[in-house]
Amino acid sequence: MAGEDGDGAVHQPLDAKQKDESVINNNGDNDVKVLKNDEEKDSGVPSAPASREGTPPPLPPRRKLLETPDRRPPTSSGALTLPRSTPRSAARPPLQSKATTALSLADIHSHAHVNEGSYSNSPASRQLSLGGLRTAHSGHGSDGDETASVISYAPTMEAGTDVESMLGDVLRDRSTPGWVPFSPRKGVEEGSLFPDDPDFEEAFEHEFDELDDITSDGLDQDAVVVQWKAKLKHFMILSFAGKPIHSRHGNDQLITSSIGVVQTLISFYQGASEELRGFTAGGVRFVVMSRGSLNLIAISKLGESDQQLRTQLDSLYQQILSTLTLPVMERMFKNRASTDLRRPLQGTETLLSALADGFTRGSPSTLLSALECLKMRKTHRNVINNTLLKTRSENLLYGLIVAGGRLVSVVRPRKHSLHPGDLQLIFNMLFEAGSVKAGGGENWIPLCLPNFNNTGYLYMYVSFLNLDKPLEDITERPQSSGGTEEEVAILLISTEKEGFFELRQMRDDLVKQLGKNGSLEIIKQAVRRGRPACTDIIPGTVLRHFLYKSRGNVQFIMPSFEPAFSDPVARRRLITLYMHLHTALHSRPVHPKIHHSTSTTHTSLAWSTPVFELYAVAPANTQRAALAQAANRLIQYVRREEERVFIIGGAVF
Amino acid sequence: MAARNPQGGRPGASNSRFAQFKLVLLGESAVGKSSLVLRFVKDQFDDYRESTIGAAFLTQTIALDESTTVKFEIWDTAGQERYKSLAPMYYRNANCAVVVYDITQASSLDKAKAWVKELQRQANENIIIALAGNKLDLVTDSPDKRAIPTADAEQYAKDSGLLFFETSAKTSENVKELFTAIAKKLPLDQAGPRSMRASATRPGVDLRPEAHSTQGAGGCNC
Repeated sequence: MAGEDGDGAVHQPLDAKQKDESVINNNGDNDVKVLKNDEEKDSGVPSAPASREGTPPPLPPRRKLLETPDRRPPTSSGALTLPRSTPRSAARPPLQSKATTALSLADIHSHAHVNEGSYSNSPASRQLSLGGLRTAHSGHGSDGDETASVISYAPTMEAGTDVESMLGDVLRDRSTPGWVPFSPRKGVEEGSLFPDDPDFEEAFEHEFDELDDITSDGLDQDAVVVQWKAKLKHFMILSFAGKPIHSRHGNDQLITSSIGVVQTLISFYQGASEELRGFTAGGVRFVVMSRGSLNLIAISKLGESDQQLRTQLDSLYQQILSTLTLPVMERMFKNRASTDLRRPLQGTETLLSALADGFTRGSPSTLLSALECLKMRKTHRNVINNTLLKTRSENLLYGLIVAGGRLVSVVRPRKHSLHPGDLQLIFNMLFEAGSVKAGGGENWIPLCLPNFNNTGYLYMYVSFLNLDKPLEDITERPQSSGGTEEEVAILLISTEKEGFFELRQMRDDLVKQLGKNGSLEIIKQAVRRGRPACTDIIPGTVLRHFLYKSRGNVQFIMPSFEPAFSDPVARRRLITLYMHLHTALHSRPVHPKIHHSTSTTHTSLAWSTPVFELYAVAPANTQRAALAQAANRLIQYVRREEERVFIIGGAVF
Repeated sequence: MAARNPQGGRPGASNSRFAQFKLVLLGESAVGKSSLVLRFVKDQFDDYRESTIGAAFLTQTIALDESTTVKFEIWDTAGQERYKSLAPMYYRNANCAVVVYDITQASSLDKAKAWVKELQRQANENIIIALAGNKLDLVTDSPDKRAIPTADAEQYAKDSGLLFFETSAKTSENVKELFTAIAKKLPLDQAGPRSMRASATRPGVDLRPEAHSTQGAGGCNC
């Protein structure tokens, strides 16, 4: 086996990676243009080496840098001592490798005022003025070339509309919840990385509540509308003809008028042969995406970038394709433009809602378009891989062992990879939505994996393991004490419609073998261990949390959210911070390699190389040097452990 | 999805009969198929259930009498229209079927009738079909919610040769009775080798399979 994937390198494959990166590359400034997948693929995708993580990125010796501070400009002493990521940059004069901080509070304030001017009265696209801002800052960026650049925060949300608050605390009054991590606030709790924000906490607490029913006499309608408007995030999906297909909050009665307005706006631009891509109104960002016969709209107060919202909309679209397949859906609309897609989609509302809820809670996996794996020793993983290969049945296409949304092992044909987007749909179905959860027993699920092939169905056998008694007949989904985090599922995917019993047999063989060779016990232990805390990974580190994405493997690792981000609000703020960092790294035209920002409550770092993307957060008083050192140690850790934290190659046949 | 090799006779259970049958549940979406199965298999009920996606496979064993045990292998199918084309693979080798409708939804009986027709035309010719009018609990308190009179459905069931029960997965009324009635009607003694097992310890009777059926046979089970 080891020999078989000795090339080890590629793994979750190139095409997936390129797609993923191209999506990311389409950030920001080309918002006016229609995105075309094919173009994306070919356009300026940085040729990230298809090498395994172990191939060290071309880092010049950092020690030397530290030892020879005279090479560095005086201003950068004590600055971010990050290794320069390309040999090219090593040859540059020192000045150009200077890392500069990105953000000062003054910047934010000024932005808020700028926005005030340009937006207060109209929902004009913020892209206009963003363009302006970016141009202004690209000047800074250019002097640093790509080694380290300055980027200022592009405000992702508009400031409020009332001029009055210009006189007040600008940030506090104007910031949307998404901004909060950056707002300076007094009275920050000891240890908290984010300032208090009761309004956001209140809103977030009710974000997942159902709206009250409108009583038949309609008297409560106003109250319900208030509830509806208080939601931080909406998704709406309509057909090209304006028929509602899905709305995250609110029933038909409630959303009809909104759907009408949105449809009118979209049609207006279509009538002018233009495409409405997004606008801001009342501190809320609206992003519109047209795909085939569908219009998808994201409405968010959470401060994501347009591109991030688009990625979320794309996931919802993929979910619909996963149910119907593209040709079937297009045929329906071709036959009858006024088709009500809700009928054929009946029963999958919960999948769309679960995706939307996931985006609202904040999903590192979606943000990074990458997967998370269960950490285990390489030899242990190899045993599992080999067992999968040994028990593989004839018609198996993909086989996966998944523990609480983290991949344990995967078996796949050499020619085919699994796209993270497809896996996300599967994980959402199994671990987030109640459908399979509630059913009990084993499941046989026809589904289309749109990134694999959006024209046809595959068939997925699903069985949840009772880790304590794995060999017993599964009559129901076992209740694990740790909730979904500890659930282990075996997924076997085939093109064979009638393959249930074949795959069921494989599952029995597989579980028996895994039990015999001790792998089940190892999986159980790894699952129970959970994610390590930051300080377990690097003793004494200043980092409170991080995301590390291996570009080549399309996988990421992160530490436990405990203890600093154990409650959902703190977690959401952390994700919001990551979203801002992500936006900063992927904004055009600057494309900074390193982005550092501070606020009164935390300091954060984003770092991009061809091999990885790293986002990290530390308390506010952390020196940049300390942050940089922590980041470097983290990189060393990943390099050392990469064959444990990532699935490299997997079981290929 | 041919009939599989059922497990052999239970060791130690001399003088006992053990039969294994395939059962499929069909019916319009949201009539309560999964709830019926869950009540039968786990004796549980959730007020709010998500729709079944694809199909779920469950098993449940019941004792008919002191010496007879029947194991059901149950396909709980999703009721949505888009899964219709997959149905034959679930009922093709089924020994029995439960066609479910919602007694508060008139249209659901029409759908049930269509399923019965399809089963009688396409499925195993000896298939035992039971018609189950679910959500009986809803009409106990407010009889005006009932959309389908018991007598109508009963008459239809009689005419079509179906077992008939009005059930409530919520209160478990008639659920066990339904499955027990099916088990009793199944040909325990003359059952084909693929669905019938008797303990080999029983002298003089050898009901071991003549041939182990394998995957993909796809043929009729009779």
